[in-house]
Amino acid sequence: MTVSRFRTIIYVVAAIVSLAGLADATYLSVQALTGETLGCGGSPDCFRVLGSSYARIGGIPVALFGVLAYFSAFTFATFAAFGYGRARTFLIPTIGAMFLGTLWLLYVQAFLLHAYCRYCLFSAATTFLLAGLVIALPPGRDRSAS
Amino acid sequence: MKRYLPFVIVTLVALATIGSGAMLYRAKRPHVSAIPEDKTLSAKSDAQSPHIRGNPDAPVTLEEYGDFQCPPCGMFATFLGQLEKEYDSRLRVVFRNFPLKVHEHAREAALAAEAAGLQGRFWEMHDVLYREQETWSKAPNTRELFESYAGTIGLDLDKFKKDMDSEQASARVEADRQRGDALGIQTTPTMFINNQPVDPKDRNPDGIRAEINAALQKKSQT
Repeated sequence: MTVSRFRTIIYVVAAIVSLAGLADATYLSVQALTGETLGCGGSPDCFRVLGSSYARIGGIPVALFGVLAYFSAFTFATFAAFGYGRARTFLIPTIGAMFLGTLWLLYVQAFLLHAYCRYCLFSAATTFLLAGLVIALPPGRDRSAS
Repeated sequence: MKRYLPFVIVTLVALATIGSGAMLYRAKRPHVSAIPEDKTLSAKSDAQSPHIRGNPDAPVTLEEYGDFQCPPCGMFATFLGQLEKEYDSRLRVVFRNFPLKVHEHAREAALAAEAAGLQGRFWEMHDVLYREQETWSKAPNTRELFESYAGTIGLDLDKFKKDMDSEQASARVEADRQRGDALGIQTTPTMFINNQPVDPKDRNPDGIRAEINAALQKKSQT
């Protein structure tokens, strides 16, 4: 397998993983926007996390930022898979920022709220997977499509 | 063609995300209906008198469907105390039991409150249950704790124990639960202000104050 083909496979996998994260973040955003996370009704630990003050930044649900981040990662990975060289330049810092954000959210759940939301853990898993894929990318420049 | 394919894929995913998000939003939006005329507090069909605190002739009624083991209900109970002081004779509060199945001890707590109510101390037990929520929610001996709370608020303990297992207390909890189900309630706390449901987005101090003020203004105009 050539390096170029290996890179393409990684970008395709990253795009698929980003889609899974996007679906999860969309679901969480809808929950936050309908106000479902403010009351009891579902999993007790989930509403403890999603109903907390850490689940919003300036009144905006953190999950909405997640939607934006996963969509960006999906977009960059897709373009990179099709040989757009510059997409990789954007993909790596995007996933880096998502990784740092995920670390903070895991810290909040573990040490400040003492509760875990399974949807947030799924999101953390997808981000870690994306970070792993980016690390696995062979060094060097991508061949440009244009 | 291949050059434009990523643009097509990304656009399709964006549309699918927005579309599915909107559909999910519509499906998940709670459809709690207003309390119908024949089920309001003044209606005769309400066979069992509800638990009311505050001025019986207050222009604004806040009716809450609550679960004693639900943490947001506990936070809301604290806020409700502030509201009652703030609005004084202009606000009366009604509590209805809506124990959720996800909470192991919620139904037993509702029975304890109803048993206290049979001795005229519903609100005292309501306050203790919410204040001590964190303790009894995790305790293995919930029943013993409820009995100790009954003793603290000066109830006849033998009667309290009997009433907790009584048909009367159980029927009251069930009646409230059925009333809530009929209104489409799924989560707690769910509030109604003058029979109109409070939007989930407004279930916060500012939102509730704004709804009460609007209800007061509406009453003063009529």
